[in-house]
Parts: sequence; C-alpha cells; structure tokens
Amino acid sequence: MMNQRKGLGKKKLLIEGVAIVAIALILAFVIPAVLPAFRLKLLGRFLGLAIVSLGIDLIWGYTGLLSLGHGIFFALGGYGLAMHLKLQLPSGELPEFFTLYGVDKLPWFWQPFSSFPFTIMAIILIPSLVAALLGYLVFRNRIKGVYFSILTQAALLVFFNFFNGQQKLINGTNGLKTSTEHIFGVMAGSDSAQWAFYEITIVCLILAYILCRWLTSGRFGRLLVAIRDDEMRLRFSGYNPTGYKVLVFAVSGAIAGVAGALYTVQTGIITPKFMEVAFSIEMVIWVAVGGRGTLVGAIVGTLLVRYARTILSEEFPEVWLFFQGGLFLLVVTVLPDGIVGWIRDKRWGKKRVITYPGLEEMVEPQMNADEYG
Amino acid sequence: MDKILITDNLTVSFDGFRALNQLNFTMNTGELRVVIGPNGAGKTTFLDVITGKVQPTTGKVLFQGRNLRGIPEQEIARLGIGRKFQTPRVYLGLTVRENLDLVCNRFKNVFSTLFRTPSFTDRRMVMGLLETVGLGGKRDLKAALLSHGEKQRLEIGMLVAQSPDLLLVDEPVAGLTDEETENVGALLLALAESHSILVIEHDMEFVRQIARQVTVLHQGTVLCEGTMDEIQGDRRVIEVYLGESEATLATGNNQS
Amino acid sequence: MLELLIAIFNGISIGSVLLMAALGLAIVFGLMGVINLAHGELMMLGAYTTFVVQNVLKGWGDSWFEVYIFLALPAAFLVAALAGLILEKGVIRYLYGRPLETLLATWGVSLILRQFVRSVNGSIAMGIGVFCCLFFGGLFLLRRRRNWERIKKWAIPTIGSLSLAMAIFKILLLVNLGNKALTKPWFSARNVDVTAPVWLQGGLPLGDFQIPSARIFIIILTLLCLIGTYWFLHRSQWGLRIRAVTQNRTMSACLGVRTSQVDGLTFALGSGLAGIAGCAVTLLGSVGPNTGQNYIVDTFIVVVVGGVGNLLGTIVAAMGIGTLDYLIGSKTLVPMLVGVEPWESFFDFFGTTSMSKVIVFALIIAFLQIKPAGMFPQKGRTSEL
Repeated sequence: MMNQRKGLGKKKLLIEGVAIVAIALILAFVIPAVLPAFRLKLLGRFLGLAIVSLGIDLIWGYTGLLSLGHGIFFALGGYGLAMHLKLQLPSGELPEFFTLYGVDKLPWFWQPFSSFPFTIMAIILIPSLVAALLGYLVFRNRIKGVYFSILTQAALLVFFNFFNGQQKLINGTNGLKTSTEHIFGVMAGSDSAQWAFYEITIVCLILAYILCRWLTSGRFGRLLVAIRDDEMRLRFSGYNPTGYKVLVFAVSGAIAGVAGALYTVQTGIITPKFMEVAFSIEMVIWVAVGGRGTLVGAIVGTLLVRYARTILSEEFPEVWLFFQGGLFLLVVTVLPDGIVGWIRDKRWGKKRVITYPGLEEMVEPQMNADEYG
Repeated sequence: MDKILITDNLTVSFDGFRALNQLNFTMNTGELRVVIGPNGAGKTTFLDVITGKVQPTTGKVLFQGRNLRGIPEQEIARLGIGRKFQTPRVYLGLTVRENLDLVCNRFKNVFSTLFRTPSFTDRRMVMGLLETVGLGGKRDLKAALLSHGEKQRLEIGMLVAQSPDLLLVDEPVAGLTDEETENVGALLLALAESHSILVIEHDMEFVRQIARQVTVLHQGTVLCEGTMDEIQGDRRVIEVYLGESEATLATGNNQS
Repeated sequence: MLELLIAIFNGISIGSVLLMAALGLAIVFGLMGVINLAHGELMMLGAYTTFVVQNVLKGWGDSWFEVYIFLALPAAFLVAALAGLILEKGVIRYLYGRPLETLLATWGVSLILRQFVRSVNGSIAMGIGVFCCLFFGGLFLLRRRRNWERIKKWAIPTIGSLSLAMAIFKILLLVNLGNKALTKPWFSARNVDVTAPVWLQGGLPLGDFQIPSARIFIIILTLLCLIGTYWFLHRSQWGLRIRAVTQNRTMSACLGVRTSQVDGLTFALGSGLAGIAGCAVTLLGSVGPNTGQNYIVDTFIVVVVGGVGNLLGTIVAAMGIGTLDYLIGSKTLVPMLVGVEPWESFFDFFGTTSMSKVIVFALIIAFLQIKPAGMFPQKGRTSEL
C-alpha cells in the first residue's frame, strides 16, 4: 500500500518533470523561431515577471502573508545588475550621470559592482538580506495579517523615496539606463544579447519553479500551510513560526531580485518607478488570477494579465485601469482560487467526496478573534 | 520528583481584574485530574498561563520543578506540555495524516524540517494514531471536511503525537453526541495509563466517567479538591454552582 | 526657538490632516478588521466635490463664494459617505473575515475610482445611469417572482452582465455620435485648483513669521471632527451599537443589534470623514486623481501605530508622525545641532520631505519592537481565541 503510493508519487513527479522540460524546450527554441523580435522581447519580460509571482505565491499563496512590497526586492535586483552594466567603462571613468551632478569619485557602494561574480551574488543576496531583516523585525513581534501588508507597503514607499531622492548616488528619478551599456563586450540592447537574456530567463524561471516546488512539498511545505491556517496553534505544537516565515520571505525576496535583474536588462532601464505602490500590488493580482497556492497558476496568471494589459493599453489606454480594478474585484469575490483552482475544482467536482457533514453544509468557520481585531 | 505541576500563589490580572487570584495547585506525575468551575472561574486563563500564552502577574508555575516564567509557548511545548483547545484547532488546509505528521516531527527547527524526511518510526506512529482516534479511513481528507467530533478526535490525536508528559485538555466533549463523548472518555482513560492529564470540563456526566481527583476553581482560586463524591457533597461547591439561597435550600433538604 | 515652535505648529497641522483621514480608517478597521485601500480615493472624491461646489457657487456671486467651504464640507461628507456605503454594500460585505482579500478588493475599487475621475464624462455618467436602471429595475422585477430564491444564483450574474453590456453599448453609441458636450471629460487627468476664500488666504503674523489661516482652519476642523466622532460613538444610540459590535460581533448580533446595518453605517461614517479630510486638503494645494495616494500610506501607518479601536492612540500617532516628519523633513533640527557630529550631517542628509520618511519608518519599526500591538493594545483573555 505504502509502496504503491510512493510509486504513484514518483510517476507523477516524472510526468511533471517531462512536462517542464517539454515546455522549456518549446519556449527556448520553437517560440523564438516563430515570434517576431518585438513580441519575443515582450514574452521574455513577462517570463521575468512570472519569476516574481512564484516568489509571491510562496509567501502569500502558501504561507498566507500578503506582501505589498515585493517591488523593493525586484528593484534591488534590477539596480544591482544595472550598476554592473554602468561600470563597464575604461578604468578611471565614471558613469556619465555622475558628472552631471558634479560627483568625481565613485561612491563606495558602487565599487564592488564592477565585478561580475559579486554582482550576481548581490542580486540574490541583497534582496534576501533586506527581506530577512524586515521580516525578522516584523515577525518576531508576531505582527501579521493586514499589519504586515501595511508595513511592507510603507517600506516600499520608503525605498521609493530613497531611490527617487538620491541623484548623486543612483541618478534619482531618471534611473539607470542599461540598453546602451555593454555586458561581456556585447551591447545589452542588441538582439543577440536580448536573445541570451530571454534564454537565461527561461532557465531562471525553471530553477525558481523547482526551488518553490521543493520548498512547498514535504514537511516544510505543510508547515507553511499550517502557518497560514493557524499560526498560534503551531506554537503550541512546539514550532517557532518566526524562523520559517523569515526564511520564506527571504527566499521570496531573492527570487524577486533575480526577476528584477532579468526584467531590467530586457526593458533597458530601471527607475524608482519599479517601486511604485501600484506595481507591487499588481504583482499580487497576477498570482490571484492564476490561482494562489499553485505554482503553475502564478506563472499562467502573470502571462495572462500582462498580455491583457499590453493588448488593452495598445487599443484603449483608459480602459486598462478599469479593467485591472474590475479584475481585483472579480478574482476576490468570484474566483478566490484563480483560474487553476477553478479548473481543478471542475475536474474534481465529478468525483464526489463523501463526508459528514456534507460539503454543501456550512463548515463551522474557524476564525481567529484577533483577525477581527 | 513526583509533582509534575505546581503553581505557587499564581495571580493573573487584566487591567485590575484578577482572572486568577493566589492560585495554589499541585498535580502528581501520572495523575488524571479534572478541573471544574462555573463560568469565569479562570479555567481557560489557568491553561493560558501554563502554556505561556499569558504571563503571570505574580507567583510562578513550576513544571517538573522548572519555572516557566518568560519561556515562549513553543519552548514550553517542547518541554513536554501539550494543549488541546476548547474549539478544535487543526490545520484545515492539510489532510488528517499531514496534521498528525507535522506534530509528530521530533526536529522542529527550520532546517531539519526542510532537509529531513519523515523517519520510519514517525510514520508508524502516525499510522497507529490514525487507528487510535478512528480516522484511518479519512486520513487523506482535508481536515476542513471533518465533522466537529472528528476534529476533536484529530486534535487529541495531534496532542498525543506530540508525546508530551503533561496533556492539558480544554472541554474535550463540548458539542459532541453521547456516543462520541463516551469514545473520547475511553480515549482519555487509555491515555492516562502513560501520561499525566489535566482536563477542564463542564459536562458533569463526563466528569463522573473519567474523574478520580477533582479540583473546583472559583473566582480564580481553588475552592476545594477531592473525589467526585466529596465534591458533590461540599456545601461551598453547591453554593457557587447554584447560588446562595438555593444552596441553603438544597443542603437543608439533604439534612432533613 | 520660535522657528521650532513654528515647525511644530506646521507639523501638527500636517498631523491633523493625517488624523482626519486616519480617524475614519481607524473606526472602520476597529469595527470590521478591514483596511480600506480606497480610503484615499474617498478623500479624493471629497476634494473633487469641493471643487464642484466651488465652481457652482462662483456663478452665484462673490458673497456666496466666500462661504463655499461651509457648503462644501457637508457635501463632501455626503458624497464620500454615499460612495462608502455603496462600497460596503456592494463589495466588502461579502468579504468579512477575509481581511487580505478585502485589501485587494478595495485596491481594485481605488484603481477604478482614480480612472473614473480622469475619464468621467456625460456619456459615462449616462452609461452608469442606464446600468443602474436596468440592473436594479431587473432585480426589483425578478424579486417579486415566487421562485426568486431558486433562480437568483444565475439570475443576478445574467442581468448584471446584460445591463453592463447595454451600458457599454450606450456609451459607445454616445461616443460615436461625437457630441462634444458628452465626450469631454469633466475634470481631465490634470490636477484642478481650488481657490481658498480670501479670509483663509492670509495668516496670523507672529514675529517674522506668519501662521497660515488655512492651517489654523484645518486644525480647528480636525478638532470639531474629533469631538463630533467622540460624541457620536459615546453618546448616541448608534454609537453604542457600533462600540458593542466592535467588541463582540457575535454577542451583539445575538442581542438583536443588526450588525449589517451597523457595518454599513460605520463604513459610511468613516468614508464621510475621509470626504471631509479631502475637502480640507484642497486648502493646501491642487488636487488630482492621485491626491489620495499621497496620504494613504501615512494614514495606514497611523492606524497601525495607534492600535486598534482606540481614538486616543490614533490622535497621538497622527500628531507624532506628522510632527516628526515635518521636523526632520524641513531641516529644522539642523541649525540646533551645528557642530554636533555626526548628527548634523545625519539630519542634513535626511532633511527633505521624501528622505524624512525613511527615518520615520525606521522609528516606527523600532517602536513596534517595543509595542507590537500599537500604542494602546487591547487587553484581556478574549483578545485571541
């Protein structure tokens, strides 16, 4: 019995693996051949954004912590790579914008970014350390629910203000343009570099998926769900949720950092706009549309919403905000489990589960009084 | 070292209101103790203090001789105190088996949860517990789909999976049918063979089924202690349960 | 020293705008555990109402114009309260006990409202009218049918989408007719300016400085709002019900309090206060579709720091954050710290409006390390199950 189940699980995992490889191969080799360069670039960006939504799904869909501040980590990763690109200069020269503000010495924190390995480390580590610190300070005091969401939003605003106001350090509002800079001797805006970024994005997406898949299966994944369901109960079972939450938030931040770096080089510029409040909440809607608590949903949702956005803003720019607002309302009220959840329910609906009391009856709500405040 | 739990002049006050007032309570290792008391007697607060959810204002709680002040909930749980809540609290998004497995895990820090796979003994324990609480057939069902009574049993199962030395059980039969009540009672008696158990209960029928030693709480202090028969004969207990005048009436009738 | 006093005064006046905005939010949050991300947009609606009232009164002559603010205040209150009531009855009611979802839903509403004031014009307004007539008329007719309970599951979405389609069709038709009066946006996407009446434009001279009357007016207005809210919550029948539901929803429902009415009323009240705050904001500068966003995050922070369901906490938090923000942001502290390194350069570096937010946030996080549940946490054994 036990072995049978195990065998079944292995078979499922194998099918999943084959499906991933197949999709990856199609994305990597078939799509570039059929799509025009402009559309391909768009797809590459969206796949980059899909990486962030994996991170958001991890922290919101599984662990139940709604972060409205993932733009911080996304932009930190983006700035990291953009700084590296800006520093591809003959020695002794400074990036152009510095001279505009009369800065004649490279700020100390720019210096290590001339090294590529350091930059890669920084793209992953800096966002995750920021997330871990913020998470530790918040979670250790058992701040949760909407309080956590509000604090992440405030943190986002703070980072936005900081990056926006510091012309002399990181070119303030104007941001850092990467499309005209060089990486490994190739111009980042050129078609060959863009194609490389596209392929790297696919690899990173798959790696992020595997990481999230590993984290959300097994005991650790169940623990995340338990944190979402009843955190206080978990303490009485002897677990300290703080460490788990900090770790998940940090991982989620690191994933967002990688995504930000990939998105930046494919867009060609990073500005503090990446840390706008609206953008970070939009990330949440990608996950919600696809279906939270399902990793595939996060990816599908991102692609769908972003394509809808592109089409709508090309045709009727005013309608996009109405549409997005409507999407928020719709997903929350009618489709709480998103598209993937809806499809899954349809399929499983046929196989009725017999329980007492019946599923149609109200299951007694198990609500924490503190959520009501 | 045969006292598992001692409270010494324990007082808990919320903004001046004393939920527990100079409470002195002792319990032997291996004992099954039932605590009863009218509403607002401080029963749930008593459990809150033991499990670390509420800190004592003055006085102390000693578990196996160790002062519990300032120790966070999860550490207290790891020391060997398990708690079952009044309304069943299980992880609704997990299946019955996963619920048990999570609690059964011996290594509760972040990295061992991430890297260790469930051991053979863990899995066997979960299987055994599924049988004990009678949920073997529903082991792969989400806990959200269980009935109230099934959730109660699952939570007791989770309590045992934690293998604590002291089980704190808060109103295990509230809202159960007679048959389910009897099952839970039998389960608790079986558990009492190998654990120390403190049960808080309202249902007198049930108390009579399981109780050996009963403590009556009233206004945050111990009113009296004794066997079920002694308690039922005690004038003060009748007074707090029935009110002053009726109590005199009742005892008057007894005498005549 | 005088400079410091002036700075503190300015800080308090910023704090009072925050307080007015946070007051409504705090009451709603305390009652329903709902953070309304569209709260800023309700402020914005109040501001636009003020703009409309002013323009109407301009046509009536100067003497009317001088007192427009006294008409604008109740109008802003009513418009925002109505919008809030619709929001509560239409969306939030269905999401109780799911605070995070409510957060997202209200964000959706906030996006819609922002785009609405940008592009609202005659045809859209008529489209909305058509939708309401069709939808609610249809509901009214269908409700009278015997089998309403049975058909409502599919009937509501059906007539909803039908009415929506009709309304959009109507809008497109009107747009294609090309009537300028109907397709010209009422407000446009740009900011609109509300001119303060003359008696609010001056200021009280104080030494070399001048205290702007508008700020004094805002502080007085805030005080009145506070007193009004306090009176309403603690001295009226409905206030008693609101407080009862805040403390124990289930129990109140059992005792015959109609919690759904209480929710609706509270939400309308909170939204109305946002409307008044929006009206006050027009005195400080121009207003636009994004006006609400400038205040909203600060407002949330005030509620978080102040603690749940506590007016005093909200007041102290709003004033504290407003003053601190201004003191650091305006570099008032720098001259006082000349020579005291590293503090001088520290406050100099953070001495802009945007950078001061960094310090304030750091201080708030530090504060939450000591008092995680806010300034005045609720105590008692019922605070958590």
